[in-house]
Amino acid sequence: MRVWLPSILLALVLCGLSAAMPVLEPLFHWVEPDRQRLIYDRESFLFLLQNHLTLVVISAAIGSLVAVAGGIFATRPSGRDFLPLVSQVASIGQTFPPVAVLALAVPVLGFGEAPILVALVLYGLLPILRNTLAGLEGIDPAVREAARGMGMSPMQVLVRVELPLAGRVILAGIRTSVTINIATAAIGSTIGARTLGDPVIAGLVNGNTAYVLQGAILIGLLALTTDSLFEALERTWDRRFSPQPAMT
Amino acid sequence: MIELKNVTRRFGDAVAVDNINLTIETGEVCVLVGSSGCGKSTTLRMINRLLPRSSGEILVDGEDIATMNPQQLRLNMGYVIQGTGLFPHWTVAHNIAMVPRLLKWPKERIDARVEELMTLLDLDPATHAGKYPQQLSGGQAQRVGVARALAADPNILLMDEPFGALDAITRENLQLEMLRIQQQVRKTTVFVTHDIDEALKLATRIAVMDQGRILQHDTPESILRRPASGFVENLVGKQDRGLKLMSLRPVRDLMTRHGSPKPSETGTEGVREDDNLRLALSIMLWQDLPQVAVFNAQGQETGVISRERIIQEGT
Repeated sequence: MRVWLPSILLALVLCGLSAAMPVLEPLFHWVEPDRQRLIYDRESFLFLLQNHLTLVVISAAIGSLVAVAGGIFATRPSGRDFLPLVSQVASIGQTFPPVAVLALAVPVLGFGEAPILVALVLYGLLPILRNTLAGLEGIDPAVREAARGMGMSPMQVLVRVELPLAGRVILAGIRTSVTINIATAAIGSTIGARTLGDPVIAGLVNGNTAYVLQGAILIGLLALTTDSLFEALERTWDRRFSPQPAMT
Repeated sequence: MIELKNVTRRFGDAVAVDNINLTIETGEVCVLVGSSGCGKSTTLRMINRLLPRSSGEILVDGEDIATMNPQQLRLNMGYVIQGTGLFPHWTVAHNIAMVPRLLKWPKERIDARVEELMTLLDLDPATHAGKYPQQLSGGQAQRVGVARALAADPNILLMDEPFGALDAITRENLQLEMLRIQQQVRKTTVFVTHDIDEALKLATRIAVMDQGRILQHDTPESILRRPASGFVENLVGKQDRGLKLMSLRPVRDLMTRHGSPKPSETGTEGVREDDNLRLALSIMLWQDLPQVAVFNAQGQETGVISRERIIQEGT
């Protein structure tokens, strides 16, 4: 339970601040002493947070599914030939700036949530795919040989041996991907998706640093919360699957 | 019974196993011995179909393994490999229970079997069952590997240099353990090694391999007495063949029996009936004795064995 405590505390601060941003008004007053409207009020922060989170969760779910499936496929005997291709495609995906993906996706998908979702999925693929490949390739060949040689079917080898052993590394990939995408999702505000990027964009357009700060604080908090959630998840995983050799 | 008929395995143009014929009788320990790259591991891995064969036939109890489901085939063949291949995310008990779980045995039966096997392999269930492989020594880990292979009581045991990575003392212990277990369970065993002494110690029959061919397939004694070629002669060691032959024969063969077993006097130096002649001779040479007492398993003195007789008839 104690491993989850930091994430719970951070989540409480995040939700509390989204619901009651005006408590920080003195801070914003100090930043922007001459303004009347200090708190972004075109949309509630809770709604933006929820929307932002939904975008990240959906893209992470799709990205993880596709990347893990791709990684598994490329390490099977039948997919071995595609291994170099798959890792290349994933690398190219990463070199493509998300803004460029948006620019290309908007004419096809229109404004709104769809193009940013595409960008997030594409962008989040690489860390997961790379870690899936590293995790599966990193398993001691003797373990796989023993599993196969003792009568496990290929499916049983994958589910009972390979995925539990590679899981920790795959999880780390998902963690990187999600953290990057929390920041990237904010760009969606430029093409009409409702995210925590809205106050940032509005603040930049109107020259209101207070707005920018409000968006940035919440995005930062969301990233921290998610990261500590994964930290706790990884520790729990370690305790379950990879005990320390020293413990007696 | 395992029969290999005209079996060949090619990797591209290279021939790893070249048209070999080999029959392994039920309950026998057949050791494939040869230097690395001679095709011995390839041969072993064709028997459980981890490698397909290029041509020829492999029959297990008269049935062609190509017609069987590979998973079913392997579930009935224990498999022990050099690096142990224990599952690092499973406890010792879980590792040993692997095949019974795949076969969907009821839980109580699995638990009982795991405990039985750990005891058989001299691993204390209370202290070791809950440990993870990383927490074991090399010797303990390989014991778990052997226990895992024996778990579902397979008819056949395949062992690919199982003790190759262990230190000399641990290896010796595990070899003795193997002989003891084999006396109890009598598995048809195919054992791969590059160590001729290990082969001589464990085998009922040895197949010497070189460049994908079997040069000689015979009992350890015949291999030592009548090596089929210069290669085999070099492998078994020309010079110390005499001592190696002595280590194949038990003291029982050449001892002079008392009329009836005597209770042993405490402190009497001696050998057991199961010990080999080489050991008996070594003790007598070291302690400068003309003869030494022989004890049976119950500790009774059943006779004596003399230095003269070993030297005259031992080889």
